Amino acid sequence: MRIPLAYNLRNLAARKVSTVLTALGIGLVSWVFIFTLALAGGFQAALQSTGSPENAIVVRSGSTAELTSIIDRESAAAIESQPEIAKAPDGTALATRELVVLWNLPRKNGTTTNVVVRGVTAKSFALRPKVRLVQGRMFRPGLEEVVVGKLANERIRGCSIGDRIKLAGHPWSVVGVFDAQGTSFDSEIWGDVELFMPVFDRPVYQSVTFRLDEPSHFGAIRKRLEADPRMSVAVKHEDEFYAAQSATLATLLRGLGLFVTLIMALGAISGALNTMYAAVGSRTKEIGTLLALGFSRGSVLLSFLIESTLLAVFGGIVGCLLALPVNGMTTSTTNFASFSEIAFRFQVTPLMLLEGLIFAAVMGALGGLVPSRNAARRVIVEALRQV
Amino acid sequence: MKYVRLIVANLMRAKRRTFLTVFSIAVALFLFCTLRTVITSFEASIRASEATRLVVRHGASLVFPLPLSYRDRLTQVQGVTGVTYGNWFGGFYQDPKNQFAQFAMDVPTMFGLFPETVIPPDQLRAFQAERTSCIIGRALARKYSWKVGDTVPIIGTIYPGEWRFVVRGIYEGKTQDVDENTLFFHWDYLNESLPEGRKNYVGIYWLRIASPSMAAAVSERVDAMFQNSSQPTKTETEKAFQAGFISMIGNVQLLLTIIGSAIVFAIMLVTINTMMMAARERTTEIAVLKTLGFSNGLILRLVGGEALLVSLLGGLLGCGLAALVFQKTDFTGGGFFPNFRVLPQTVLTGILLAALMGVLSGLAPAISAAHLKIANAMRKVV
Repeated sequence: MRIPLAYNLRNLAARKVSTVLTALGIGLVSWVFIFTLALAGGFQAALQSTGSPENAIVVRSGSTAELTSIIDRESAAAIESQPEIAKAPDGTALATRELVVLWNLPRKNGTTTNVVVRGVTAKSFALRPKVRLVQGRMFRPGLEEVVVGKLANERIRGCSIGDRIKLAGHPWSVVGVFDAQGTSFDSEIWGDVELFMPVFDRPVYQSVTFRLDEPSHFGAIRKRLEADPRMSVAVKHEDEFYAAQSATLATLLRGLGLFVTLIMALGAISGALNTMYAAVGSRTKEIGTLLALGFSRGSVLLSFLIESTLLAVFGGIVGCLLALPVNGMTTSTTNFASFSEIAFRFQVTPLMLLEGLIFAAVMGALGGLVPSRNAARRVIVEALRQV
Repeated sequence: MKYVRLIVANLMRAKRRTFLTVFSIAVALFLFCTLRTVITSFEASIRASEATRLVVRHGASLVFPLPLSYRDRLTQVQGVTGVTYGNWFGGFYQDPKNQFAQFAMDVPTMFGLFPETVIPPDQLRAFQAERTSCIIGRALARKYSWKVGDTVPIIGTIYPGEWRFVVRGIYEGKTQDVDENTLFFHWDYLNESLPEGRKNYVGIYWLRIASPSMAAAVSERVDAMFQNSSQPTKTETEKAFQAGFISMIGNVQLLLTIIGSAIVFAIMLVTINTMMMAARERTTEIAVLKTLGFSNGLILRLVGGEALLVSLLGGLLGCGLAALVFQKTDFTGGGFFPNFRVLPQTVLTGILLAALMGVLSGLAPAISAAHLKIANAMRKVV
């Protein structure tokens, strides 16, 4: 026969202060657990989703970021003439040549940061359907106009529509804001590549990105371009190219998170152990009574185990609730592959909340195991004799 | 003081509980020290910077270089006593994951400006004599087991291709804050290997000035000189330059502080609970002590002292362990934290924090013990 759950709930309610303190302690541990997962997840999502699997990007061989890459005009033309590239409605290749520079700009809080300034073509937008203009209008080719990403708009000074931002000695009118749906483009400033090249005094592009007509043609085009003696380039899937940039930092963040939470869990389990030992100690007589009433040792053990798990799950729920407002919070760090600032949002997913809850439950169960076993092993007569 | 034995005896009575509490506090303080050290290790480059060194770079962005011709003009600026220059090489060893800093430096002038880089005289001569040679930091040498005489292949990302350097020396830092994870090689060698259009460009100039008080004036003079050229400069103290780099990491500092606070707070809640349970179990005893004539103040100190002692013990253990573990294991977080060393200030802050936790967690039980009415407490038992 099982001891009713109400018995455990009442017991937890009877020692309110102790229950709340222990549950909160465990809850905070699962909060930290979810927090670090959301941090690493948000960072990785920003870079990973920046690329799309149907697109391929061509950079100079050996370059891990566009910034260190160089593609000259002749190579760019040769790349765009490949037969495996999908066609735009007007019959030209669905490919874009881009220029990437880093520019030191002031944040709204007064510090300065390195912002990616990207020279693009109309096809840059066709290749990245995620990028949508949400305010203002598109820049007009040939004019000193730029559009800015949503996060650049929020965080960088002079990035609102109507502002003029000074780049390479020229004032550029900000005419639009685009939403790139959490990708790293959201932190960038985009303008006309053919105008950027003379203004920034850059005779070469940094990358060529194109859509494949058939995903299976990737191998063929890659092989041909990488073997082409006129150029020294590497062809990569666009999503993999950006994901590789996030790998080091995301692994580090996850590692740090795991390290911190696992060690901290030991501390929280110690706390749960203390609480459950005290609970068992102060209820010796009760345990004796339960055993005398005919409840088996197994159900006493189970009951205490359930009680400590319940305690931890309460904490876990508090931790999850505290983690909810973290979702969507913006933070920034540097993408060390490109030395540019990348702003991203914390992503708290339902899976993370579930993991946090399970994590809490495991802490509770581990903390309750030994004390519960002690409870179940009580000898009835001695337990009842105690005051 | 004579009551310390009583406090210790009380703690020893519930050995398991004392152990678990000390352990959980030690865990919290260990993590506190670790997270704090992540921040301080980022800041090591600021501590290592010299007040008499200025950094000159392109006004718009680090990715644009400055002409080599600026060197002679910089030398003539009033207040400048030395000039050296170098380029960030940005390569990796075998795999992009093996990141460390490489600089192409003007070898004849670099040691005059960086006296904190110490290298044996014979190794220095060998390095200066051989164009394709390099010197590496002690920590870097240890990490990859490189020795003097080894050839190190580096894959360039900014300067493509495989570059091979012969290690001719291993340098050490004069203080612990000096980075020992860098590879320095000859700027001349890099320059002569480049195609015509990329030759004679410099990433960063370093200037030595006679006294720190001249920093602002010299910076202004330099920037004014190049203001209207096509390559304007930005000159700042080395400290400001490094601080700018660290600000690039973004709010990692804030995030780590949030996590650290959550940890300390969580363990404090757990400790408060333990201390309250401990006091509750001894209600009768406290009543007996009071009957024997122990004053309220003394009871307050006895119960509070117990919490303080436990916390301090946990703090010492946690902070000490952190300092020891990271020193013994040469931890660098995959090259991300080249200078991972728990500073004495961090240990001190940790122990103070533990003391604070002790006082706060002992407060509630100590006050309620002090205010305990003897008659009520005695009645409870019987």
